[in-house]
Amino acid sequence: MRAPLGWLRDYVELPQEMTGRELSEVLIRAGLEVENVDQAGSELSGPIVVGRILAFVNEPQSNGKTIRWVQVDVGPAHNQPHPDYPDGCRSVVCGAHNFAVGDLVVVSLPGAMLTGGFAISARKTYGHLSDGMICAEDELGIGNDHSGIIILPPTTDDGVELKPGDDPAGVLLMRDDVLDIDVSPDIGYCLSIRGLAREAAQNLGLAYTDVVTKATPAAKADGYPVRLDDPACPLFVAVRVTGFDPSAPTPRWMARRLVLSGMRSISLPVDITNYVMLETGQPLHAYDAASLSGTIVVRKAHAGETLVTLDGQTRRLDVDDLLITDDSGPIGLAGVMGGESTEMRSTSTDVLIEAASFESGSISRTLRRHNLPSEASKRFHRGVDPQAAYSAAHRAAELLVQLAGGQVLAEETIAGAAPSIPSQVFAAELPSQILGTEVSADRVVEILRASGCQVEVDAAQVRVTPPSWRLDLRDPYDYVEEVGRKLGFDTITAVVPSAPVGRGLTRAQRARRAINSAVVAAGFVEVLTFPFGSAEDLDRLGIPAEDRRRHLVRLANPLAETQPYLRTTILPGLFAAVARNTSRGNDDLALFETGSVFFAGSGDPAPIPSVEHRPSADELAAIERALPEQPRLLGAVLCGNWRRAGWQGQPIPAGWQQALALAEVAAAALGAELTRRPVEYAPWHPGRCAELVVAESVIGHAGELHPEVIKAFGLPERAAAVEFDLDALIELSPRGGDIAPVSAHPVAKEDVALVVPDSVAAADVEAALVAGAGELLESISLFDVFTGSQVPAGHRSLAFALRFRASDRTLTDAETAAARAAAVACAEQRHGAVLRSF
Amino acid sequence: MPGGEPQADLSQESIEALVGQALAAFAEAQTSAELKEARLAHTSDRSPLALANRAIGTIPGPERKEAGQRLGAARAQVNAALAAREDEIGAAELAGRLVAERVDVSLPVELGPQGAAHPITALMDLMGDVFVAMGWEIAEGPEAEGEWLSFDALNIGPDHPARGTSDSLYVAPLGSNVAMRPHTSPVQIRSMLDRELPIYVVCPGKVYRADEFDATHVPVFHQIEGLCVDKGISLAHLKGTLDHLAKSMFGEGIETRMRPHYFPFTEPSAEVDLKCFVCRGESVGNPDAPCRTCKSQGWIEWGGCGVVNPRVLAACGIDTEVYSGFAFGMGIERTLMFRNNAADMRDMVEGDVRFSRSLKGMAR
Repeated sequence: MRAPLGWLRDYVELPQEMTGRELSEVLIRAGLEVENVDQAGSELSGPIVVGRILAFVNEPQSNGKTIRWVQVDVGPAHNQPHPDYPDGCRSVVCGAHNFAVGDLVVVSLPGAMLTGGFAISARKTYGHLSDGMICAEDELGIGNDHSGIIILPPTTDDGVELKPGDDPAGVLLMRDDVLDIDVSPDIGYCLSIRGLAREAAQNLGLAYTDVVTKATPAAKADGYPVRLDDPACPLFVAVRVTGFDPSAPTPRWMARRLVLSGMRSISLPVDITNYVMLETGQPLHAYDAASLSGTIVVRKAHAGETLVTLDGQTRRLDVDDLLITDDSGPIGLAGVMGGESTEMRSTSTDVLIEAASFESGSISRTLRRHNLPSEASKRFHRGVDPQAAYSAAHRAAELLVQLAGGQVLAEETIAGAAPSIPSQVFAAELPSQILGTEVSADRVVEILRASGCQVEVDAAQVRVTPPSWRLDLRDPYDYVEEVGRKLGFDTITAVVPSAPVGRGLTRAQRARRAINSAVVAAGFVEVLTFPFGSAEDLDRLGIPAEDRRRHLVRLANPLAETQPYLRTTILPGLFAAVARNTSRGNDDLALFETGSVFFAGSGDPAPIPSVEHRPSADELAAIERALPEQPRLLGAVLCGNWRRAGWQGQPIPAGWQQALALAEVAAAALGAELTRRPVEYAPWHPGRCAELVVAESVIGHAGELHPEVIKAFGLPERAAAVEFDLDALIELSPRGGDIAPVSAHPVAKEDVALVVPDSVAAADVEAALVAGAGELLESISLFDVFTGSQVPAGHRSLAFALRFRASDRTLTDAETAAARAAAVACAEQRHGAVLRSF
Repeated sequence: MPGGEPQADLSQESIEALVGQALAAFAEAQTSAELKEARLAHTSDRSPLALANRAIGTIPGPERKEAGQRLGAARAQVNAALAAREDEIGAAELAGRLVAERVDVSLPVELGPQGAAHPITALMDLMGDVFVAMGWEIAEGPEAEGEWLSFDALNIGPDHPARGTSDSLYVAPLGSNVAMRPHTSPVQIRSMLDRELPIYVVCPGKVYRADEFDATHVPVFHQIEGLCVDKGISLAHLKGTLDHLAKSMFGEGIETRMRPHYFPFTEPSAEVDLKCFVCRGESVGNPDAPCRTCKSQGWIEWGGCGVVNPRVLAACGIDTEVYSGFAFGMGIERTLMFRNNAADMRDMVEGDVRFSRSLKGMAR
C-alpha cells in the first residue's frame, strides 16, 4: 500500500511540519512495515513556474512536424525584456498543440532539473534560442501523459487565483511523501487511507475523521435486482448513477493521488472506484448498467462455464470460483476481476456500482487458481470491513455526480447483511501475563476502545466486541497483541527464562559433530549442494534398475524440470561441485557433504487431522508412514593430488586409498570397527571398491570411481568417492566400553612375512594371525606388501609387525616364539600362507 | 718376572715427562677423532704410563710405594686433563653442529591437506551451543514432512498463500500432503507432541522454498528456530532470549528491536531487527550517504518471533490455560551474511572450496 502523506492529512490532523519519515517511525513501532518513504517530486529543482501563454506562431518544419514559437509570461521575477511586451516574457519552442493564448501552463526555466536528471538550459533548436520548456505530466514525474502539455486551472482547489511566476507544486500535488507499506495479512484494514490514518491518529493521539460515515443499513431491494446464492457473499450493495457526462475528465488531484498510490488513471468512473477503494479499503466495481440483463446472481461457477475478464483473457471457470452473473451468464469473477461484457465504455452514462463482501478463503483460491492478483483481490483476501460497503458505494456515486453530473438513484439494493461480530471475554490481566509487563485493566480498556472496540469490564473480566474493520481481533491473544502493539514492544523489559537442567547434545548429535571434526581434520572440505537430482544422473552413475537408489521421490513443483527428484545419493551433487571447482582452477579436491537423501515411501497420502486437539496416535503414525525414508548420508569425492608436489618431495595423488581412509576416520571417531570387503557396486570401479561393514551391516561403499562414470561426469582421472549411511554408522557404533589395565611389562616384537596368493585379502591374513596368536598379541600392523623376485607369480608377500605382551609378567623368548608360530600356523592353515625368511 | 718386558723408568723426571707428553697431545687435539688418537696413545693399555704402572711390581721394598703413589698421581692428572679436553671439544663440536643444522622455519609445512567445515555448519553448531549452554536441547526432524506438521498445526490454514505451489515445494502427487518443510517449525510441533513439558528446544536445519536463486535468495537454506513452552512464559522472556542470542552472535554492543508483525503461529508476533552495523542508522533520510546493507532503513531484519498462538498449543494437546510459550526463527545464511560479510548467497551452495575455507572451518 502506497499512502501519500497529503491524502492521510485529509483524515488525521497531522502537524504541518511532520514528514513522511517521522510518521513512518511511529507506524513501524506500531507494527506497520514501512518499507520506504518516497519523496515524490524531490528530484525536481530550480525554477519551475506557472506561465501564461501570451502568443505563439505555428512553424512547419522540414521533418514534417509543426512546432510552436511561444511567448510566455512567467512573472516579473523570471521574465526577460521583449520588444512586444512591456512586462517582458520568455520565448520557447514547444512541440505540443493543446494550448491556446491565455492558458496557464508549467514552464521549466534554464537551471531547472526535471525527472530523470533532465537539466533545462537555453538551447538552440528549430532556428530559435529556446529559453526554457513548457512541461508535460511525464516530464514532471506526476503522471504518464505525454500527449500534450499540462494546462493548469485558473484557480487552486481552494479558489486562489494562479498567476505567472507562481510555484505550481501545490496545485499539481507535485511534491509529497509517499509511505510504501508492506501490509501484513492480518491487518487488511491498513490497505486503505482510512485505516492508516486511524493508526496514525491513535498512535500519535491526534483527531481522526472517519471517511466511512454511514453503517450499512438493513436489506432492501428497491434498486437493481440482486440475489445471493452462496454464503461466500454475505453482502452486496448496488447503487446506480444515471445521466452523467461520459466525457468528464478525471480531475488532476484525483489522478495525481492515484499515480502516487501506484495506480494509473483510466477514465473518470473507473478512477473513482479505484480512488474510493484506496481511501476506504472497500473494492468497488462499476458495471455499465445498460449492458446488464436481468437479476444479478452471486453463485459458484457451473462446470464448463467461461468468462472473458477485463484483461481480454478467456477464463475457464472452476466450480469453486465465486461469480457475479446475470441472465447472460458470468459477468465477473467475484472480488477478483470484472468481465468484459459489462465493463464501462467511453459512452456509458449509466453505472451500477457494486460494493460487496466476499469470504476471504474463496477469493484466495480463485486468485491463485487464475493467477490474478489485483488490488481488489488483495483486499478481499485479507478481509474488508463489511460496514464500509454502503458508505463507499455512496462516496463513489457522489464523487461521480460532483465531477460528471447526473444523479444518484434513490432506489438502491442491499442484499444480505454484514456478518455479526462475536464478542470475546478474557481476564483483564491476560495482557500483563502474556506481554510480561504490568498493564492495568484501565489501560487495557483505554487502548482497546481507542482501537474502536466496545469494551465492558466485569470484575476481573473484560468483554470486547471488535470494530467491524478489525477482522483480525478474534481470540484473546489477538487483543493481547493489540495492547502490546499500542504500548510498543520497546516498553517491555527483557527477562531471560531459566530453562530446566538440560542433557546437552544427544549421542547422535555428538557423534555427527565428532565425525565432521575428524573428517575435516583429515583434510576434507565440507560443501553444501542442493538435494535434488535427476534420473539421468543415476543412468550416468550406472545404477541398475532394481537398485534402491532408483526409488525416487518426485516433487510436484520442482525448482527445475531438469532436477525433478529428491536425491537418493549425494555423489552427483558433489561431482557438480568438483566440476565447478576445477573450472575455477581448484584442482586438488577432497570434498564432503553430509545430508539427507530420500527414498520413496508407501505412496499413501498423509492424513491432515483436525487442529482442534492433539491428533490420535494412529493419525500421527499414518503421517510417519507417508513420509519418504530420509537417512542422513556422508558422501565424499577426491581428485587431483592429495598432497601437492612441494619442496619435501613428489605429489601423492588422491585416490581410492584416501576414500577408504575417510571411512576409517569416521568409524574411528566413534570407536566403531570397520571391515572393508571387495565388492562390485555402481558407481565404483569393480576392482577398486570396498563395501564398508560395521557390526555385520553394510553401511556404504568407497573406492575409485568407474572409468565410465568419471567420463560421464567429466571428472579428473582416478577420481575416488565414498558414501555411507551416517545414521547407521552411529547406530551400530559401540556404546560405553571398559578401560583395560595398562601393562607395564616389556613388549616383545616379532615380524613375519607371509607369501599368499593374490586372491587372499590382506585383512583376512591379518585376521588369521590375530586368531592364531592368541591373547598375548597386543597389536599387529601390515608394514610391507612385496611382489617380485623370490615371490612366485600370482602371489605377494605381506609383512606384519606383531607386538606381544602379557599383563602380569615379562614374556620369555619361548613364550613369544610359540605365540608367533601359532599365528603363522593359523595363516598357513586358513590361507596357505608360506613363511618367508628375510 | 716375565722376560722381554722393558725396564721401566719410574723416576720422577721420566714420569713427569710422560705426563707432559700426554697433556701436550690432548691440548693439540682439535677434534673428537684426534683426541681419541691421543687418548689411545697416552691412556691405553699399551701407553707408556700403563706400562710403567705394570712395572711397579718389579720395584723392591720401600721404593715401590713411593713410585706407586707417584704414578697414581700422574695417571689421575692425565685422565682429568683428558676429560676436560673431551668436554671442551664436545661443546665446541655441538655448537658447530647447531649452527650447521639451522633450518628455514618459514618453509611451508603441513601434516596433510587443509580441511574445513562449511561456515553454515559451523555457525549452526555455534548457535545451537549458545542454547545448549542455557540448558536447552537441540531437536531435529525430517525435511520431507507432513503438511499437517508443516502448516495446519501451525495455524496456517488450507487457503494460506504460503501453501501455494509458488511458495512451497511438494512431494508428488499434489495431495500426498507431504511438503518439503518451508521452515523448521514442524520440528517444534514434533517437540510438543513428543517431549515432556516444559520444553526448551532449538531446531536447526535445512528448509525449502520455491524461491528464486540469486545473490540474496536461495531455495534451500538453513534456519534455527527456538521454542519455549512453560508456565508463565511471556513476551519479556522472548525478548531476553533474543537479546542473549544477538549478543552471543554479534557482541555486547548490538542493538535489537522487536517490531510488531504477523505470523499465523504466534500471537503477538514480531520481527526482530538488528541495528545496521554498517551505517549505524546514519543513512536514514540521508540520500548523500546511502547504505546498501540496510537500504538506508537503519535496521536490518534478522528473524521472526512471537508468543506461541494458543491454537498451535491446542493442536499439540497442550493445556493453554496452564502453559504459554514463545518461538522465534532466523536464517543461518542471513546471520552469516551479517556476522562475516558474506556478500553473495550463491557462494554458500556452489561448493567452491575457497568459500568453505574462508573462515578456516570456524564460526568466528
